[in-house]
Amino acid sequence: MNSIGEECTDLKKKYDDCFNSWFTERFLKGDHDDSMCAGIFKIYQECVKNAMKQQNIDFKEIDKDVLGTEHESKAPPSGSS
Amino acid sequence: MARYFENTATFNFSWDQVASGYWKRYPNPQSTHVLSEDTWSRQVKDGCLYTKRLLTKTNRVPKWGERFFSAKSVKIIEESVVDPEKKILVTYTRNLGYTKVMSVIERVEYRSSGANTTVAKRSAWIDSQVFGFSRAIRAFGVERFRKNCTQMYNGFNGVLLSLFPKPMTPQHMTPMTHTLKEMRDAAAAATDRAKANVLSSVNRT
Repeated sequence: MNSIGEECTDLKKKYDDCFNSWFTERFLKGDHDDSMCAGIFKIYQECVKNAMKQQNIDFKEIDKDVLGTEHESKAPPSGSS
Repeated sequence: MARYFENTATFNFSWDQVASGYWKRYPNPQSTHVLSEDTWSRQVKDGCLYTKRLLTKTNRVPKWGERFFSAKSVKIIEESVVDPEKKILVTYTRNLGYTKVMSVIERVEYRSSGANTTVAKRSAWIDSQVFGFSRAIRAFGVERFRKNCTQMYNGFNGVLLSLFPKPMTPQHMTPMTHTLKEMRDAAAAATDRAKANVLSSVNRT
């Protein structure tokens, strides 16, 4: 899959490969130390943030957390859908 | 008032497989509308993995909708929490920008339901605040969402099948004669052809 910044796609793939093996081989097995991919993540992040800035993407709106907060949408009482 | 929609789908894979496969969903033959996917933030907190990703997708609107929504692509924020202890993955997506024209919020909860079964409960809220057109836009949004559900399921399920192939013949059996091996190979080839046929017919729907 591509990154939003064409120049970041190679970094994204490297990071995704690292993350996927960490997730399956470590995280799901109870090892919660996430330092394994921290280095490549930092480089990849810088690239993506630059690409987003160039596309005038609103960082504030992305940073807003919704899941697990009071802003999360709730299912209506059953029978009304 | 937002239109609410929900459905439930079952994956014949373990929760660990579904959770691992989730990050590898794109690209797939059903996801040609997904243009990019990036991780915005990620952290482990209290044993759970919190991720925020940004996706861009092509914006498919009917001709009459172009006056409200002419953008060629939309940006989508996906928040997720993976709880490896309880075996629950929750994803929550919303569009970034154009939320007054049409806001689509989707929440999916993937829960383990037995050794090789994972149930995905999908909820969606579709809203529009365009004066005079909100009802039509909401109806269009719900219809588009319903169609996308099948595609999303088939796309993800196909990715899971390729990551974790299901054994079709008993394994660990040593062929006794050369002829038996040849018969097996022919049978395996036939199985592969049948599988390819099933997959391509699934993809056409």
